[in-house]
Amino acid sequence: MSIPQLLVHDKKDNVGVVVVEGIESGAELLCVVTENNSDFKLTAEQDVPIGHKIALTDLAEGDTAIKYGTDIGRIVAAIRKGEHVHTHNLKTKRW
Amino acid sequence: MSTNHSFYGYRRENGRVGVRNYVAILPVDDISNAACESVAANIQGTLALPHAYGRLQFGEDLELHFRTMIGTGSNPNVAACVVIGIEPAWTQKIVDGIAATGKPVVGFSIEQHGDIETVAAASRTAKDFVHLTSGQQREECDIADLWIAAKCGESDTTTGLASCPAVGNMYDKWIPQGIYGCFGETTEITGAEHICASRAATPEVGAKFMRTWQAYQDDVVEAFKTSDLSDSQPTKGNIAGGLTTIEEKALGNLEKIGKEVSYIDVLEPAEAPAKGPGLYFMDTSSAAAECNTIQAAAGYVVHCFPTGQGNIIGNPIMPVIKITGNPRTVRTMSEHIDVDVSGVVRREMTIPEAGDALMDMIVQTANGRLTAAEALGHKEFVMTKLYRSA
Repeated sequence: MSIPQLLVHDKKDNVGVVVVEGIESGAELLCVVTENNSDFKLTAEQDVPIGHKIALTDLAEGDTAIKYGTDIGRIVAAIRKGEHVHTHNLKTKRW
Repeated sequence: MSTNHSFYGYRRENGRVGVRNYVAILPVDDISNAACESVAANIQGTLALPHAYGRLQFGEDLELHFRTMIGTGSNPNVAACVVIGIEPAWTQKIVDGIAATGKPVVGFSIEQHGDIETVAAASRTAKDFVHLTSGQQREECDIADLWIAAKCGESDTTTGLASCPAVGNMYDKWIPQGIYGCFGETTEITGAEHICASRAATPEVGAKFMRTWQAYQDDVVEAFKTSDLSDSQPTKGNIAGGLTTIEEKALGNLEKIGKEVSYIDVLEPAEAPAKGPGLYFMDTSSAAAECNTIQAAAGYVVHCFPTGQGNIIGNPIMPVIKITGNPRTVRTMSEHIDVDVSGVVRREMTIPEAGDALMDMIVQTANGRLTAAEALGHKEFVMTKLYRSA
């Protein structure tokens, strides 16, 4: 298999992790779901650093971000598919 | 390569096995650090363990201090121990606690003697201990004699993809063979506490974990809460590495306990496990030096430390093995990394292969290979403090 640019833990996840350096807006990403080794393509809509997350689908304010098949927090600003998901648009539900 | 491992270690008087052979010079309290450091400067082959506390503590906080001191001196990586305190009573309490292991230990107190006389007397004993222990030979030991702790730090999203699952895979393979394991980081389980509770061996142990976790939420988080705990959960480094929330960090952290093993008890900070071989949860801080110090004090002799962004932590008496799955950290901080599992994120290495690579490095480390943190001189030794001293 080619080296993936984005890894997704669980098929229920709505965010994935960039695992290579230098991803720029417009890049077509090979995405692999580690749970079952399935893959798909996604276009990055912004520059995203290694380790940071990208939305796999459009997300609205108030939605829940899912990673590891589990709730990782609340979307606090709308995010389009392919955009960077981080502290500017995702917030913990705990503190 | 996951079965029938052995290693060469130092078997102690009480049957435990160490992987290092230190003569420790242990201060009871902060003001005895100078004397301990003088002894270590006088006598080659000794190791002073300076720290910041030990005066006017009381109640549960004092009990934790004694447990940490006695546990550190009792750790099988310590062959013999000199204890120095300002006054004789607390010094003797720590000496007696360490002496229960059967290892050589002598205490000295400074009041009515002064630093110079105390250092002279303690240096003679330290020199005797060096002669007594430095010729000891390693012997072949079963892998089940290893007590292996784990804690992750400066985590990022690769931690949950690669380095923490590598540790979990090691526990899945070696806990059934009879090793002792330990994970902790009470705050950092937040967001995955329901999953952690479900991984307890019995409902009673799961309930004990939830009481421990809830107590920290109630007594500390609720009392002092700020947004994202003031960039401490997650940390600035975690955020730079792409982790956004405590829930996301917790789920990656918990990958360290693998897929199959369950933990058999919940330990107080620095409490030695007492229910036989298996995995234990310990109530610890998520700050690396504090957590590692009390895991060593509980008797763990090797430590597995997954990092994403590059935490550089070490410990004076317990070798700390660094594992990373972040290819950028491998490139920029290679001198700190013992096990590179970045192949996992390239899909060139499986999690079981990453676990095998870690297990190979644990055996090498147990046999005497210095870790990156040891070679670089990292000796972070930090007490956990429960509340202000009197």
